[in-house]
Amino acid sequence: MLQDRKIRVIVAKPGLDGHDRGAKVLARALRDAGMEVIYTGLHQTPAQIVETVVQEDPDVLCLSILSGAHNELFPRVMTVLKEKGIDDVLVMAGGVIPDDDIEGLRRLGIEGFYGPGSKLQDIIDYIKSHLKR
Amino acid sequence: MDIDGLVERMRQGDRRATSRLISLAEGDIAAARAISTRLFKDTGKAYIIGVTGAPGSGKSTLVNQIISLLAKRGKRVGVVCVDPTSPFSGGALLGDRIRMKEDYPPGQVFIRSMASRGKLGGVARATKDTVSILDASGVDLVIVETVGVGQNEIDVYTLAYTTLVLLAPGMGDEIQAFKAGIMETSDIYVVNKADHDGADQLVGEIESMLDLAETIELEHGEDHVVVEVRKQAKAGWRPPICKTNALTGDGVEALWAAIEAHRSHLVNSGEMARKNRSKYRQEIIDILREKFALHVEEALDLTKNGDLPALLDEVAARKQDPYTVSDGIGKKIADAFKS
Ligand SMILES: Nc1nc2c(ncn2[C@@H]2O[C@H](COP(=O)(O)OP(=O)(O)OP(=O)(O)O)[C@@H](O)[C@H]2O)c(=O)[nH]1
Ligand SMILES: [Mg+2]
Repeated sequence: MLQDRKIRVIVAKPGLDGHDRGAKVLARALRDAGMEVIYTGLHQTPAQIVETVVQEDPDVLCLSILSGAHNELFPRVMTVLKEKGIDDVLVMAGGVIPDDDIEGLRRLGIEGFYGPGSKLQDIIDYIKSHLKR
Repeated sequence: MDIDGLVERMRQGDRRATSRLISLAEGDIAAARAISTRLFKDTGKAYIIGVTGAPGSGKSTLVNQIISLLAKRGKRVGVVCVDPTSPFSGGALLGDRIRMKEDYPPGQVFIRSMASRGKLGGVARATKDTVSILDASGVDLVIVETVGVGQNEIDVYTLAYTTLVLLAPGMGDEIQAFKAGIMETSDIYVVNKADHDGADQLVGEIESMLDLAETIELEHGEDHVVVEVRKQAKAGWRPPICKTNALTGDGVEALWAAIEAHRSHLVNSGEMARKNRSKYRQEIIDILREKFALHVEEALDLTKNGDLPALLDEVAARKQDPYTVSDGIGKKIADAFKS
């Protein structure tokens, strides 16, 4: 059929840090790349983020964090996703994440890592080539 | 997962199944048809409320207040937020959830964001299917947020029982909004941002517009009045004007009372039955539009790779005129439509 399948993305900011400039820039770039981007705003708990995933049925979940709490918050998100049996969403992480932590997060199922200074086009390309459904 | 399985899981309260059914229906009219065939008998239980108004008038913030009022009363609520698709990229930024971040017990509130364009004219159809799926999932109410009249491909009043039109003081577009025809579509006016200067003046302006509509009817007969205003007036409903502050929730209880009054009015006057019929009429038209649009696309695709280039040569050589050529393509569409 000729129906165009739009890539749906949630851009979420878990945790307490109050900066969402990066997340907003990413959301706009993904929109400009033709995706439908659901932006949830600041201060989301892992449970809220997963509830949004349940309701919005996205292809991609981009988690963005600057506060350094990624080692608590990201595993929590991944655990709740697993509890709900959600395994067909591409989960990506942005923000400040030290290289040493990346391997551990990767084992939890988080796939793409994009820190500050990443090229937006790289993120777009990664999404397009790593969709799980 | 097949549609039967998803429907079964949705009936057992699995919200991921509900969510996936919405995605399927949104993306593909054939899936939507299969889903509707299975669910239609379970629909018609939820009360549907439309919320429309200019960008930034406070729709999402107000919807959030209504959700929280209803959740406190133990109601299950579905929300569909439709935002415009960028005409340049085909993408969309769906930001209404930013205003709806409260926590509710699992299963009480289900919010779904949708982009409005780029689906071959199927937006209205997709929105209705989403509302129907939420309805069948067992919510008591569905609230649909869309941007204002003329700024969107979907006119929410064709699917809602009660349509709220939001205006906010100082936005400078009040009268434009009336010109654009919101009088046809509004069951209740909401003057939001009542904390801003000019709210009372705006209420006054709306009152005069409503008076004027009635005067025109008296002086010039019913043909001069827009259809819906006349029908509402005949059935004895003059849209009330509610003032709200969506940040604090002031006025939201009174607004809810107005919505309930409108609902009773619809039931008692028999307008409900009329609205339902016109709703289904519109829905059938929307489905047909989308089906035809798809067939036109397909026919063009066929002819692009098939005989269209040759036909274009004929037109260029003045052997056939464009109407005759389109007749031929139209016959193909008609044949495809039958199957
Ligand atoms: N002062 C005041 N501000 C309000 C009120 N309601 C909403 N706002 C603010 O107005 C802005 C827009 O509110 P939204 O609820 O996003 O408006 P909207 O109509 O949903 O906007 P779009 O979905 O973009 O069309 C936000 O900054 C709100 O905080 C109100 O009653 N009073
Ligand atoms: Mg909004």
